[in-house]
Amino acid sequence: MSLPATTSQTVGPYFKIGLRWLDRNDLCRGAVSGERVAVRGRVLDGDGVPIPDAILEIWQANAYGKYAHPEDTQDKPLDPGFSGFGRIPTDAEGSFGFTTIKPGPVPGLRGTQQAPHLAVSVFMRGLLKRLTTRMYFPEDARNAADPILSLVDPARRATLIARPAATGLLEWNVVLQGARETVFFDLGL
Amino acid sequence: MAMKPVAGYRAPQAGTQPDHLHPAYVSSIKRAPTQPLVKIPHTLTEVTGPSFAADVVSPASCDLTRQHHGEPLGERIIVSGRVMDEDGRPVTNTLVEIWQANAAGRYYHDADRHNAPLDPNFTGCGQAVTDAEGRYRFVTIRPGEYPWANHHNAWRPAHIHFSLFGPAFATRLVTQMFFPGDPLLPFDPIFNCVADTAARDRLVSAFDWDATLPMQALGYRFDIVLRGREATPMEGS
Repeated sequence: MSLPATTSQTVGPYFKIGLRWLDRNDLCRGAVSGERVAVRGRVLDGDGVPIPDAILEIWQANAYGKYAHPEDTQDKPLDPGFSGFGRIPTDAEGSFGFTTIKPGPVPGLRGTQQAPHLAVSVFMRGLLKRLTTRMYFPEDARNAADPILSLVDPARRATLIARPAATGLLEWNVVLQGARETVFFDLGL
Repeated sequence: MAMKPVAGYRAPQAGTQPDHLHPAYVSSIKRAPTQPLVKIPHTLTEVTGPSFAADVVSPASCDLTRQHHGEPLGERIIVSGRVMDEDGRPVTNTLVEIWQANAAGRYYHDADRHNAPLDPNFTGCGQAVTDAEGRYRFVTIRPGEYPWANHHNAWRPAHIHFSLFGPAFATRLVTQMFFPGDPLLPFDPIFNCVADTAARDRLVSAFDWDATLPMQALGYRFDIVLRGREATPMEGS
């Protein structure tokens, strides 16, 4: 049996009424293992104008490098206060902010290890289908051997790595077009 | 550390998905990426994803006509269907979120400046979790059409927004459901974002006698298909 997949459509300008009930700017519920980090940034369009009606979703492993999902069969602990999901809308100034923990490394393909990273979906008016990208952590030696980063033109890799802004605070922007355009991934969609 | 090799998700059937840039939809011009996307394999990150237990969603949240003291204005409808993958397998226990305009074509949103009235008894958002056969069901109000600024005399056909997660980060989908016979469909650049007419037509719900409640509400059926999975793990994974 083969059914054709349903066509993606934009979230439009009014998604907040449908999606805000599940906003999650702090991915931690109660005591969670790991190094807490705050991330701040902006979403910018092709004119460099901040986008006040975008929404990001985060998916990440816990501090041990374990996903709260049945297909992660690694012998690592789950963290009951940490599901790994975040949903963060931009504000009127096109800014977003969230708090999480730095995830542990997770397996890649062919026996490799992936450096700590967040998987990020980006939705907004004007996007007929979501954009997907990743945020990596600065000053992490494991980035050099990350099998996904290594698929990216070295000149553009920096768009995927957050910058330290202050103690415990990272800055990472999502830039849709232009010289500093964020690397977005093709997941086959 | 033993991890079984992971099987990725297949590309959806050709022609079913829009490009990011669709100039007829003017907002895409400054928001679609200009650099080619970087193709990456599906790793453990992409084949896992968030899940939301049925207890996150209260049973009342699938009835949009009972979220306030009074009944909303407009025509009550029942929207139901199944969520499946491209192999016809039900997608069970997955979160379905919907949002929509009221019967007058106005969203309960501060950015919606359309001069149609708000309805104090209608917010226009709901949630459900699919059952063991992938089914969901909402009771709501038929949304109104409304004007927008995309081009001269632009009007959106009546539609309901749907957001679905599926089993993995790779299966996330946001779409819109339309109504049969809507005369605005041929003029809507969002509905017409793919060239394949059969793909577009699948965004149009079907009138559903079986779901229709006598003396109460018409039924519309909207089945949703998420991408299928590779039969075998990635080579060498």
